Amino acid sequence: MKEITSAIQLIPLEHYILLCIALFSIGLMGVLFRRNTIVILMCIELMFNSVNLLLAAFSAFHSDPAGQVFVFFIMVVAAAEVAVGLSIVVMMKRNVDSVDINLLNRLKW
Amino acid sequence: MVGFSQYINLAWLVPAFPLLGFLITGLANKRLKYNQAGIVASSMVALSFLMSVFLFFLLRSYGQDKATVTLFDWISVGNMKIPFALLIDHLSLTMMMIVTGVGMLIHIYSIGYMHDDERVNSFFAQMNLFTFSMLLLVMGANYLILFIGWEGVGLCSYLLIGFWFKNPSYNYSARKAFVMNRIGDLGFIIGIILLFFTFKTLTFTEVFAKASTFQTGAPVITLITILLLVGAVGKSAQIPLFTWLPDAMAGPTPVSALIHAATMVTAGIYMIARSGILYNLAPITLNIIIFLGLATAILAAIIGLKQNDIKKVLAYSTVSQLGYMFLALGLGAYSTAVFHLTTHAFFKALLFLGAGSIIHAMGGEQDIRKMGGMKSKMPVTYFTFLAATLAISGIPPFSGFFSKDLILSKAFEHNIILFVLALGGALLTCFYMFRLFYLVFYGEQRMAGINPHESPKVMTIPLIILGFLTVFGGFLNVPSLFGGSSAFSAFLQTAVIENVTEELSHSTEIILILISLLLLILVILYAHRIFIKKAFVLADDGEPMTFTGKLISNRFYLDELYAFAFEKPFGRLSDFLYKKIENTILDPAVDRIGTGTSELGDLARKLQKGNMSFYLFTMVAGILLFILFILII
Repeated sequence: MKEITSAIQLIPLEHYILLCIALFSIGLMGVLFRRNTIVILMCIELMFNSVNLLLAAFSAFHSDPAGQVFVFFIMVVAAAEVAVGLSIVVMMKRNVDSVDINLLNRLKW
Repeated sequence: MVGFSQYINLAWLVPAFPLLGFLITGLANKRLKYNQAGIVASSMVALSFLMSVFLFFLLRSYGQDKATVTLFDWISVGNMKIPFALLIDHLSLTMMMIVTGVGMLIHIYSIGYMHDDERVNSFFAQMNLFTFSMLLLVMGANYLILFIGWEGVGLCSYLLIGFWFKNPSYNYSARKAFVMNRIGDLGFIIGIILLFFTFKTLTFTEVFAKASTFQTGAPVITLITILLLVGAVGKSAQIPLFTWLPDAMAGPTPVSALIHAATMVTAGIYMIARSGILYNLAPITLNIIIFLGLATAILAAIIGLKQNDIKKVLAYSTVSQLGYMFLALGLGAYSTAVFHLTTHAFFKALLFLGAGSIIHAMGGEQDIRKMGGMKSKMPVTYFTFLAATLAISGIPPFSGFFSKDLILSKAFEHNIILFVLALGGALLTCFYMFRLFYLVFYGEQRMAGINPHESPKVMTIPLIILGFLTVFGGFLNVPSLFGGSSAFSAFLQTAVIENVTEELSHSTEIILILISLLLLILVILYAHRIFIKKAFVLADDGEPMTFTGKLISNRFYLDELYAFAFEKPFGRLSDFLYKKIENTILDPAVDRIGTGTSELGDLARKLQKGNMSFYLFTMVAGILLFILFILII
């Protein structure tokens, strides 16, 4: 444990933050501009993981394991979310024979 | 004292019985068969009467003056505490026994009078509701409960005046009575609010205890008493708000007897007598009351001279007699006013019920020009009506003599001019009553085609009982002049605080009585000469009249004056508000709010078109804005 923490601390915190911002922004852009539902789901995962990485980094620099515990929680929740999201995609494919998100506009008033 | 407090707590039963009767006859309106509603209603009032008598003897046997029965805390906000409490003292007991006793007789009479009306059940429901409200009015231990009853009787009065609502003019009369009363009630409620701000309580006993800290003539007390007086003027039909009472005769005759003669219209007198301590502190208000009372007594008596409708004559006579009660109140002789109220309740209820009996026999005809010769056909009605006529004229030993004589002698003590004017009014009363009496019962029957007959027993027995009360009611309060002890006044002495003046000497009193008696007999002989010997027949509607005759028979054009001074301008104001303000400003504004909301909705709907990317984009943009906002702050 000690070794991992000290290994993480070898790299300055700013680098982690910049990496996470980059990852998060890529994910966000993907969510905003892609039309393929599966890609959007993947981008959401990317955003999740950037946040997870940031939590782990802060946790190490702060010498507080709580952040890492949160990461595990988020991973569990994300797994459940992916299960639901993918099943929606499957249903969508079956019903409208496409995974284009702009076709999901049938519930409007 | 255990027994006393146990029994006195049953006082709530007095108003509860008529309320129960109202619920039964009102809710089972459609199911009650012929006569059942009347029997239920009458027996409830009778039970209430028995309960009142029981309370009277209870107080007497335990030697108590008064008792307050708190039923529950009603309003308790901050320092404002108004319990729902009943005050049982000699004044409220007197009123309770009048309301339930006379009310019971009138209820029984109504069974006969209303028997062929299709809405007889509603009639009895409303009569019972009235009795309940009136009992609440006289039993309430604070001004607010009095006010509940006050409004309740006003509502019942409105309902019962307009009982035959299919006739539009009856509806108009009902509305008129309601609106006129509302004017008075506005003053009354402002008075109550001012009373609360001054005394921080509305309970009678506490208010009167605190009143002694004020000096005589204190402006706030004067203002309160004047505002309360406005309420009393409306309810008790005094100048300038008396014009509703003659119109109130549109209701069935028992209603006129119960509400517009014996009980409701006396509520104002009761209220002022109850607040006597406050009025004693306000000599200005007392003088106003004297003036109003005397003016009303004389004006109404003059109008009564020329009326041709049997009920209208009695209505103006009621207004006039109420004026006498106000005169007595203004003179500070509260117990005298209540005594006249009591005897008036007897003889005026009797007069109205007698009139009802005549109208019944005449098949609904109310015009005295078409009556006549009823003496032999309706002996019971004749004799009871005679007793009441003698009583209201003030002939000894009938009840009206004692009460009216007391008022006259109080007026004499105060000022001889008051005495002369009051006596003049009494002579007018005597004249119009005997005019009515002779025209109805003597001479030839002037309308062909009907055969008047005596009313059934259910109507004549109440007449006979009231006849006894009319004849002997005066002996409740025999003055010391005739060797009595003024028992009634002494009885009330614990509840009302008189503005005492010194007694007249017996010799002066005898002279006054002899003068008034002599004049009364002359007036009766004069009436006899005109209407019996000369067989004077009243002019028909179309015939020309002298100027004064026209003035009087048109009630001094007071209704027209009110219409011109208040109704027309108010109508024009309403018209202006309707056409200009309502139609051009308020209505479009309200419409615009509606259409504007709808248009805004149309705009917002465009955001919700189901485009997922757009939703996500707005979500992200929102979050960014939020973060930006936090960073800036």
